[in-house]
Amino acid sequence: MLRQGLSVGVATGAYGISFGALAVAAGLDVWQACALSLLMFTGGSQFAFVGIIAAGGLASAASAIAAASMLGLRNALYALELTPLLGVRGPRRVAAAHLTIDESMAVAVTQDDVPASRLGFWVTGISVFVLWNLTTFVGALVGNAIGDPRTYGLDAAACAAFIALLWPRLRSRDSVAIAVVGGVVATLLTPTLPPGIPVVVAAAAALLAWREPRVNGDEPIGARS
Amino acid sequence: MNLWGAIIVAAVIAFATKLAGHLIPAHLLSGRSTRRVMGAMPVALLAALVATQTFTGPSGTLVVDARLAAVGVAVLALLLRAPFIVVVVAGAATAAGLRWLGWG
Repeated sequence: MLRQGLSVGVATGAYGISFGALAVAAGLDVWQACALSLLMFTGGSQFAFVGIIAAGGLASAASAIAAASMLGLRNALYALELTPLLGVRGPRRVAAAHLTIDESMAVAVTQDDVPASRLGFWVTGISVFVLWNLTTFVGALVGNAIGDPRTYGLDAAACAAFIALLWPRLRSRDSVAIAVVGGVVATLLTPTLPPGIPVVVAAAAALLAWREPRVNGDEPIGARS
Repeated sequence: MNLWGAIIVAAVIAFATKLAGHLIPAHLLSGRSTRRVMGAMPVALLAALVATQTFTGPSGTLVVDARLAAVGVAVLALLLRAPFIVVVVAGAATAAGLRWLGWG
């Protein structure tokens, strides 16, 4: 389990490089990229934030905040499951909240007993936090050195990063349908609305999950990643 | 709002969301439909981000260029179970290569 937590941390560190480079390509400076990783610390939201800033600049800041915040809503669901498991109060609860992310949740809930879950949560959360922040810094320096992001395909790297973040969530037919609707709505709205707004509007595709999933062997969507 | 302001606001909301999940009574979010919609939100948003990042050209036009080829290669890499960083680098290399050849 220790090894599982640490290896998840190392794997996530690799995302950090891409995030740092993309953040700088989007127009953030090195310290702003690092601030996002230190303070926001939830990868999908950070990618969304810099992706929308890259497209629309400061004028689309409100959309960037909205998209990042909606992507972060799932962390509240993770927290609901983790609270009884972790049994912490006071400052340690604040630390646990900050470390509540996809990876720490996934390792914690797949352990056999409570002590292993707690250890798994903290080891994974802390190792991801340390490596994510270090590699963001490295990635931002790399991005700074590269210059025009298009030459090395950094704009395309953002597309690849989003599809890679989406991929593991497409485990049921319902989630594929929601992804298709979200993608089509955002594309159709792009010519008429300012950058970022189509993404925020497309989030409404998630409302398709309101009704009970069909009983056809599909996994319910919204199951943990 | 300047960029620092936007970063701080977004970071505060992200942390408040996590903390709220730890502090509020579980039954307030216990509706199965509410949970399904919250769980589906990343799917809708990430798909929208893939689409807009891939097809948005100058001043909001829709374009097909090297980025679409990059997404194709990324999907291929994902089907082959490549790790995240390989997917991203393969996507970037595809676009960079096509542009070097003079397309997209």
